[in-house]
Amino acid sequence: MNPENKVQFLQGNEACALGAIAAGVRFFGGYPITPATEIAEVMARELPKLGGVFVQFEDEIASIGAVIGASVAGTKAMTATSGPGFSLKQENLGYAIHVQIPCVVINVMRGGPSTGLPTLPSQSDVMQARWGTHGDHPIIALAPNSVRECFDLTVRAVNLSERFRIPVIILSDAIIGHVREKVTLPKKEELLLVERKKPTVAPEDYKPFEDDGTGIPPMANLGEDYLFHITSNNYDDEGFPATNDHEIADRRAKSLKNKIERYRNEIDDVDLFMVEDAEVVIVAYGSTSRSARRAVMMAREQGIKAGLFRLKTIWPFPYEHLKTAAESANHLILVEMNMSQLDSEVRSATHGLDTRLHGLHQSNGMLITPYQIYDSVKGLV
Amino acid sequence: MKKNSYKKYLRTHKLPHIWCPGCGHGIILGAALRAMDELDLDPYKTVAVTAIGCSARTNAIMNCNTIQTTHGRSLTFASGIKMVRPDLTVLLFVGDGDGAAIGGNHLIHAARRNVDLTTILLNNSIYGMTGGQYSPLTPYQKTASTSPYGNLEQDFDVCKLADAAGASYVARGIAHDPRHLSRLIRNGIEHKGFSFIEAVSHCPTYYGRRNKFSSPFEIMRWIKEKSVRVKPENYNFSQDMDEAIPVGVLSKRDIPEFTDEYRKLVEKLQKGDEA
Repeated sequence: MNPENKVQFLQGNEACALGAIAAGVRFFGGYPITPATEIAEVMARELPKLGGVFVQFEDEIASIGAVIGASVAGTKAMTATSGPGFSLKQENLGYAIHVQIPCVVINVMRGGPSTGLPTLPSQSDVMQARWGTHGDHPIIALAPNSVRECFDLTVRAVNLSERFRIPVIILSDAIIGHVREKVTLPKKEELLLVERKKPTVAPEDYKPFEDDGTGIPPMANLGEDYLFHITSNNYDDEGFPATNDHEIADRRAKSLKNKIERYRNEIDDVDLFMVEDAEVVIVAYGSTSRSARRAVMMAREQGIKAGLFRLKTIWPFPYEHLKTAAESANHLILVEMNMSQLDSEVRSATHGLDTRLHGLHQSNGMLITPYQIYDSVKGLV
Repeated sequence: MKKNSYKKYLRTHKLPHIWCPGCGHGIILGAALRAMDELDLDPYKTVAVTAIGCSARTNAIMNCNTIQTTHGRSLTFASGIKMVRPDLTVLLFVGDGDGAAIGGNHLIHAARRNVDLTTILLNNSIYGMTGGQYSPLTPYQKTASTSPYGNLEQDFDVCKLADAAGASYVARGIAHDPRHLSRLIRNGIEHKGFSFIEAVSHCPTYYGRRNKFSSPFEIMRWIKEKSVRVKPENYNFSQDMDEAIPVGVLSKRDIPEFTDEYRKLVEKLQKGDEA
């Protein structure tokens, strides 16, 4: 399945699975759901050959619980799902954020709410990815827009999760997950893989959540040289419950936020296409960004100065990058397959600029076409 | 075994525990620690997993790898751990809320999958940590803060559930008889496969007070008087026990264990002998 440096005809979901395997994921806990199931099917077939473990659990909650358990025990672990399953995973996702356990969750977005449009694409879980689990928390979410990028961003997701001890979400969608494209995957030696930072102190001196100055505490694998405790409660540096200590709670909340804010230069990832001289900048991500790119080319052919600001990292939102890109534009159009979930982020990013904001949104299970976007652009100039 | 040598499995600097005076949970933890001691388990190769509630307070004071998880989900975390590290001994301490209510589905499927985990369900017939609400194991017509007029629901036999779901070792012990309970736990750890031990505890603070037991000892004696020793060869889960509580090993069977089966699959595939 994975001949490197050879042209293959792959589906986005397959590429996500292969990316995870290439990044060292050796545990997958899953539950069948359209349109994400192919990821589990590839993992079921490939992981045991590599000595990894695939298990289909009784539900979505169990699959992410087992993923967290496997990761605590030192194995890179992942799960994949879609809307309803993503909802079910939220509580344990919050646990992994809180206890700082690396893992990857792929959400191949389909139309919601509820069962919604099970086989049709959508981008309506963007805000759920940001705030789906309760409590103050950071998150990282990436949005691929091609089969090759499904591979690349899954590798990147695994790397970021290990680097920052945080779950990373891939926001794919039913189009990106199911589209087949000709791809050449990178060779193993071309990939840069990140492993979690291990403690080096004597076992008796190990405090699992003590800041070593980087904001990202070294993480011991369970069952090796260090004994430790982890808890779903607010915890002290030793990992034990501290549920009535405001000073510790304050430090914990700030450290969770800051460990991501501090490393924005490693996390932010945007793709600019003809933005430099653009009078109209389109903001898009995932499958809609493909239509947007086409619309930009159509507009340019007509002499309209259009450009595309594409989010590859959606969360944390790249406010500064967008501000810079929007500064010299007259118009900015946010294009999403939802009812304008990122509107407030775009407004914050461009606050104080003269750029006028517009939106092109639909949530009916249909891809927004290049023509729709082109018409919007044309209507503005 | 030296007297009190089980104390090496305690993080004594984390004591005292937070349980109420007269609670059965400490006795049950003691029984588990003695079982660990008799088996001479290596703390570095042992994992104790809990979830939420009074039962979840067992493992922070245990000296081994300890993980407290989300409510009812400890079996899922423990499954993930065991599946990637089959060499570790994994013990779970769950409550009647964890195991029989919110996490009931995970109990059924962990039992069915027959993963080599030892699950001790501390049954105090009540949600203690939240102040005494009825659980699926609160008996019919007993009083709790959310059944102030008496519980209208039927409780159920969680051992029978575990057995029906496929658990390959099912036992029940009581806090009144910690030596016996300790033996049941030890046998459960030694058993290769999913072991389920219901440890009948008691909650004097909420269950006892509301149901007219004047002291912790009175509840313990009541449980003791109702308990009847049984053996797996002459016990079946459907037999009419009247009001009695059957204790002992209730069922045991040899069926393939999940991580063993998985390892065999990996070996087969890696030999190129693809099925």
